[in-house]
Amino acid sequence: MLPEEDLKIIKKELGREPNLVEQGCFLNLWSEHCSYRSSAPLLKTFTTTGENVLIGPGDDAAVLKFEDGYVLSIAMESHNHPSYVDPYNGAATGVGGIVRDVISMGARPIALMDPLYFGPLDTPKNLFLFEQIIKGIAGYGNCIGVPVVNGETLFDRQYSGNPLVNVVCVGLCKEEDVITSIAKKAGNKLVLAGSSTGKDGLGGASFASRDLSESAEANDRPSVQVGDPYTEKLVIEMTLEATEKGYVKSCRDLGAAGLGGASSEMAAKGGLGARIIADAVPQREPDMNAYEILLAESQERMLFEVAPEDVDAVLALVEKYDLNGAVVGELTEESNYKIEFRGENVATIPIALLTEGAPTFERPSKAPEAREESSKPESPADLKQALLTVLSSYNIASKEWIYRQYDHQVQLRTTVLPGEDSGVLKITDKKGIALSCGCQPRVTLLDPYAGGKTAIVENAMNLAVKGAEGLAIVNCLNFGNPERPEIYWQFKQAVLGLGDAARELEIPVVGGNVSLYNESDEFGTAIPPTPSIGMIGKVDLEIPLPSSFFTKAGDSIVLIGETTSELGASEYYSCLGATEAGKAPAVPENAPKLIKAVIKAVKSGKLSSAHDLSLGGLAAGLARMCKTLGAKVDLNEISGDLQAEELLFAETPARALLATSEPEALQEILKDVPYTVIGTVNGDALEIKGKDFEMALSPEELTTAYESLNDFMMG
Amino acid sequence: MKIAIIQFGGTNCDMDVLHVLKEVVGVDAETIWYKEEDLTGFDGVVVPGGFSYGDYLRAGAIAARTPIMDSVKKLAAEGKPVLGICNGFQVLTEAGLLNGALTTNEYPKFRCHWSYLRVETTDTPFTSKFRKEEVVRMPIAHMEGQFYAEEATLADLDENERVVFRYVDEAGKVTDEVNPNGSLENIAGIVNGSRNVLGLMPHPERASEAVLGSDDGRRLFESMADYITEKF
Repeated sequence: MLPEEDLKIIKKELGREPNLVEQGCFLNLWSEHCSYRSSAPLLKTFTTTGENVLIGPGDDAAVLKFEDGYVLSIAMESHNHPSYVDPYNGAATGVGGIVRDVISMGARPIALMDPLYFGPLDTPKNLFLFEQIIKGIAGYGNCIGVPVVNGETLFDRQYSGNPLVNVVCVGLCKEEDVITSIAKKAGNKLVLAGSSTGKDGLGGASFASRDLSESAEANDRPSVQVGDPYTEKLVIEMTLEATEKGYVKSCRDLGAAGLGGASSEMAAKGGLGARIIADAVPQREPDMNAYEILLAESQERMLFEVAPEDVDAVLALVEKYDLNGAVVGELTEESNYKIEFRGENVATIPIALLTEGAPTFERPSKAPEAREESSKPESPADLKQALLTVLSSYNIASKEWIYRQYDHQVQLRTTVLPGEDSGVLKITDKKGIALSCGCQPRVTLLDPYAGGKTAIVENAMNLAVKGAEGLAIVNCLNFGNPERPEIYWQFKQAVLGLGDAARELEIPVVGGNVSLYNESDEFGTAIPPTPSIGMIGKVDLEIPLPSSFFTKAGDSIVLIGETTSELGASEYYSCLGATEAGKAPAVPENAPKLIKAVIKAVKSGKLSSAHDLSLGGLAAGLARMCKTLGAKVDLNEISGDLQAEELLFAETPARALLATSEPEALQEILKDVPYTVIGTVNGDALEIKGKDFEMALSPEELTTAYESLNDFMMG
Repeated sequence: MKIAIIQFGGTNCDMDVLHVLKEVVGVDAETIWYKEEDLTGFDGVVVPGGFSYGDYLRAGAIAARTPIMDSVKKLAAEGKPVLGICNGFQVLTEAGLLNGALTTNEYPKFRCHWSYLRVETTDTPFTSKFRKEEVVRMPIAHMEGQFYAEEATLADLDENERVVFRYVDEAGKVTDEVNPNGSLENIAGIVNGSRNVLGLMPHPERASEAVLGSDDGRRLFESMADYITEKF
């Protein structure tokens, strides 16, 4: 039911009691999910504009200017709760939803990325969720022919009852083919196309109460939608053909709140009203009522604004692609949103009230009590064993078992495959894009502001090692229950951190979504705050891109950036079970400078390898780069006052490792940032020595550690 | 010369093949939506990869029974080259144009990665520009790629040099480790008895430009184009 406060506002505005259908519309459109009620004021703090931003937040996806008349579309979304209830379909429909957001802009989807967060794989249930979620993403993405080019997978106990499935989709089209969700003209028809509408997914945006749906049966159905990627592929082709032929005046995909959401939002954005004839909607089951038809979240559906004279041509395309479709209403000059069903008017709502009337507010936020730091773990007796343990952590180990299941080459654009810092796609002969995603939940838990900043800086460095400057950021803000002041404080601090770091790097935040209430009844836990982001950058394909791995024996290894002593929130502490110990590292003030220097170094064409340092610190970064060649490294020069384990495992942001045969040629480029030549690419083992330690890891030891997750899954 | 690229609902490598034929190889090609049915005027056919009809029922099974496949069969009977890639290979076996069947991978997951292939015969319209026993590099991306055939069929394939590609290691050796899907005798691609219909699981169109990691696959399309120029 509608909250009492909301009902009061609605009654006052309408001057009467809303009927059940109307209440259903408000319940869904005023939900947190659709209206961002408690997050909107915070999201306004993001800088969302920039010289390349053609369309920022607020439409189905953002649109960015690229090269040669091409524009890129980008969007990011979560599908967390459904993926826990029904992991295969939850994850699959997450992909489907974000892809439709991109085609809603007239763009062909060309890439996907999936940041995923799971409970550890030591329980059958977590293992099941892990396998099925990946299978769902693969099953859907592979079928529709959109490559998954990058991702992130992290494991933490607190995700056990609430795994996170976030998806980024990138699309491409010519600037003149861009369409928006702003309705253009009264009298134009609204054509619904795609799948038929069933009772599935009712109340996904809110919940369907027994009274409102007037049907006990609907309540017994799972509220997770079932995905049909075959139909989605047809919807993609049909939408793009209709768009290219100029038949589509505006467009929105049907997601949360179904037809009711899409039609009212489109009309309202154009300052128009709408009249919907619920009976006209192609239905896949008998006896659906107006409420169900309007708010069902059946997948693979699009709503098009079409001029009356083009309706037949659009319906012919619906026929060509074996889809369902019908004129389900029209745009009007009125300021009302009206629904007719079986010849009667069943709802008349002032459209601005429905789409923009939900009150937004900041919730009370409170910093948690100062955390009592548990004592720091002692220095390890065996540093090499400590390193092997860190390297074998599934958070650091190879994710090949995952990305093997994704088609990452379809569409002939992928020039850097998954498994490197960022994925690279060819767009024109000379220019490409680099894509990276993820965040640092453990840092965000200890210090939400630093966590927000770290997410931006780390992804920017992932792009930088491929020579790419960030073009835009999208986000998925996954948090616990915002009604708890400590959680709202986390949320607020993380958002401010994201926003500040993005401004410092001059990369606009162009879209995203907010996923709150990620708490588990089963385990009584909230997720670690997870401000996951996707970042897109522009790559110059005319320069040779450095590999994430060592490729040339004899090359000098250069460490960029400074290593600090904080080990809080590190993978190393996590491996020791000391998740509460120590402080999280802050983002250094010169991070933008460091990132720019790395980009410049890559663009000089003098690097054979370049790799961002993140989880597991310098030691894990070095080990990771030793895929086919080893290295000989001496850390004495950068030791300072650092303990050996700090030097090896601290995760200070904004650092990178470069390899080059001409270190002297980099001097000029790196003159304003701290850097040190720490060794050479050599042999096939990794040898590291410091003030009071020395170790050597054989290729077999490196491989065994790196393959831990793959071996576990295949074994 | 004009090559038809068949599009079923769910086909997703159609535009990739079109790009390679037109922009890379430089021959005329056109996508044909399955409802068009008529292939008059075409000198060759590619059935590209993807998930025709969502792989519902069985990979390739529904597409194989669409009316346009009668036109493909007619073209094949005229000796014109017909190439099935990945899902296209599955469609051709389901349509009875090629022997054997493609079943779920031994490790029953989708697999996408680069693989090495050995060219077993150059005596086909698709491999004239390769050297016999040459090792080439092309990616695979499939879940149902395990080639299976009865013993008698296998014997016939071997005897008549109808196996065109096998999965091998970098040195050209057939081993179990490099068999990505459990295919019998590491078979990656075969031709029909009259050698003008080829089906293969790897994607030559994804290996036709050096910037994407290999251009070995381009020679397959060039061979096909040469054959058409000479014969038709």
